[in-house]
Amino acid sequence: MKLLTGNDLKTGFVTWWTGADWSLHIEDAADVGEAGEAILAAEEGARRVNAPYIINGEATADGPRPAHIKDRIRALGPTVRPDLTLKPADPAAGDWVI
Amino acid sequence: MYKYDEYDHAMVDARVAEFSDQVRRRLAGEITEDQFKPLRLMNGLYLQLHAYMLRVAVPYGTLDSRQMRMLAHIARKYDRDYGHFTTRQNIQYNWIKLEDAPAILQDLASVEMHAIQTSGNCIRNISSDQWAGAAADEITDPRPWAELLRQWSSFHPEFSYLPRKFKIAVIAANEDRAAMRLHDIGIQIVEKDGQHGAAFYVGGGMGRTPMIAPLIKDFVPLDDMLSYAEACLRVYNRYGRRDNIYKARIKILIHELGADEYRRQVEEEFVHVKSLGIDPPKAEFDRIAAQFAPPPLDASAPDAIDRSDPDFAVWVDQNVAEHKVSGHAIVNISLKPIGGIPGDASSAQIDLMADLAEKYSHDELRVTHAQNIVLPHVRKGDLYAVWQALDAAGLATPNLDLISDIIACPGLDYCSLANARSIPVAQKIATRFSDLGRQKELGELKLKISGCINACGHHHAGHIGILGVDRKGTENYQLSLGGSGAEDVSLGTITGPGFDEDGVVDAIERVTDKYLATRTEGERFVDTFRRVGMAPFKEAIYG
Amino acid sequence: MVEHIHSDGEEPAVTLDAFLSQSNATAVRLEPDEDARALIPHLDRLALIEVAFPKFRDGRGYSSARILREAGYAGELRAQGDVLVDQIAYMKRCGFDTFAPEKELNAADVEAALARWPEHYQGAADGAVPIWKLRHG
Repeated sequence: MKLLTGNDLKTGFVTWWTGADWSLHIEDAADVGEAGEAILAAEEGARRVNAPYIINGEATADGPRPAHIKDRIRALGPTVRPDLTLKPADPAAGDWVI
Repeated sequence: MYKYDEYDHAMVDARVAEFSDQVRRRLAGEITEDQFKPLRLMNGLYLQLHAYMLRVAVPYGTLDSRQMRMLAHIARKYDRDYGHFTTRQNIQYNWIKLEDAPAILQDLASVEMHAIQTSGNCIRNISSDQWAGAAADEITDPRPWAELLRQWSSFHPEFSYLPRKFKIAVIAANEDRAAMRLHDIGIQIVEKDGQHGAAFYVGGGMGRTPMIAPLIKDFVPLDDMLSYAEACLRVYNRYGRRDNIYKARIKILIHELGADEYRRQVEEEFVHVKSLGIDPPKAEFDRIAAQFAPPPLDASAPDAIDRSDPDFAVWVDQNVAEHKVSGHAIVNISLKPIGGIPGDASSAQIDLMADLAEKYSHDELRVTHAQNIVLPHVRKGDLYAVWQALDAAGLATPNLDLISDIIACPGLDYCSLANARSIPVAQKIATRFSDLGRQKELGELKLKISGCINACGHHHAGHIGILGVDRKGTENYQLSLGGSGAEDVSLGTITGPGFDEDGVVDAIERVTDKYLATRTEGERFVDTFRRVGMAPFKEAIYG
Repeated sequence: MVEHIHSDGEEPAVTLDAFLSQSNATAVRLEPDEDARALIPHLDRLALIEVAFPKFRDGRGYSSARILREAGYAGELRAQGDVLVDQIAYMKRCGFDTFAPEKELNAADVEAALARWPEHYQGAADGAVPIWKLRHG
């Protein structure tokens, strides 16, 4: 699957294209298939997201996951500060990153 | 310490206004990200993995307590309650919002700080010896020279779109604590015929193609220093490569031209530039130097230290250095607790260090390129009180220059350029070698980790260096041995095939075991490596 | 005096090679990789030197401009190409007096950018008195 991601223009936070909008949570990410380039061009123009790009992802039982470690770290947060990740209460969250 | 006058204030205020306007135009969609990026970078604002990152300049690594407290305030108010001290003596915040950036710069300006030219293809913040003004081996305080360069390089109209970034370091001691020869320009203040002048080493650097800077001019008088620097930069701006980002640093130009030809071109340009009258008069240097006058230290203060507390004694032996004035000492605060994140400090810790500086160190602190903090002027009689306060805040790890005093870049946990994580490797190594007796047995051992080829973690200059690479989507770590960023400057050599995260920790243990078995009396790790070469270590690692 | 350029009716600037091989042109265009010093023997008959900025990131033109002013060139010095509002204050300091940006600039932004800096730390080619001189009279 193909995922579309970027950073929110105002906050810099990692965002994922849900099919209609942007979300901070990878669980909400939609498979953009072949439509990525067109969405990317439109959304960059809309100025909500900074430097969006298309990545490879895979569907898992827990939802979509980026294929590359870099984007898995982006999806969760720094592996060395679990308290600052998007799932601070889930000690197992780091496992799917690495 | 240098204090801003009306002109310095006006310049920084103008920059805050300019950047506020640029942010406004970006958020309003009047400029594209492509146009905004070089502007935000010249104000230290990057877009990293999780958010914007702001890098705040700490000129030549010197701070007072008010400034240090402001760094804590920013961490608390605009970030997530911590900051990261860097190998260029700056501080970085990892969770900054673009819309907050103007307010942060305004807060910084209120304490004579800024983020000017902490990124971008311009002359970056000038770095220096963290023991400047306190070191027993310096011939003078290098910071007035660095401040002169700071002002000259700030908003330099000709050199703000260089082929690539440009880093300058200034030292004035024979011991090099600033990796001077691994900078684009490394300046060592030297003495000739009773006068101080600047020796210019040009074209050093780490990154993809590490180089040790050759000596370009052995003595540039103070009156000519800025003209000479201008000539060095102009030759680079005109002829540095712009066709390939990886070959755009000045080290490549000098390597391709040869040091002699580069020197010839600089000398020719210098003759011309000198006629333009860009060097300030001696009175300006004297005005600056007066602000770096030594603090009033009482040389009759008692020299003895009560070592009855054994934990305190261990810390004194490892982290406290000789001061040039009797009865005083330089306190090195380790930001490398075992298993911690190298260079990170919480707002509370930053505030505490500010308090200690105000109370015990004539209101001065320094940031070191090894990502530690220094209290430069502490009475020996106050050391115990300082240690107790540090110890209570988790800041008294007695590991300065030992194997757990690791330099590590933020790596793939934070950085968008990284290929592998650095911090977890540092944590595992420090944990493996956590026994202090074992660390002390190994002695001075500088271990440096970079998460990509850009070498922010100075791995080329590590006695032991680690470079994280991406091997088909998995993190892999190359090991190198024999580098040094000190006065015995050298570049490390790669041992062979890389390792995974645990494998590299094992490999380091085999290397240190081999060192212990091979060393002769008084040899540091790097000395043994230089004597026996790579072969025995390679044998120990790979069998 | 800074102004926007409308190039109607002026003599077209010739390339450096063409200029050096023909004696009567009074306007020349300098590319980033061309040596501004090649023009120094001919400055007194030049009315316009146009310095090209094909990409804003390429800063060689700043040095070209200073070199020409430092050699005494007093005619029009124009920055042409990818010239952005956030650069023109530095360009002016390097000696440019006219600007021909590919994309038109907002006049109010230009005015604000040029009025931004109260003083300057270093001497350049605009005749501004550096701060160190202000400090010491």
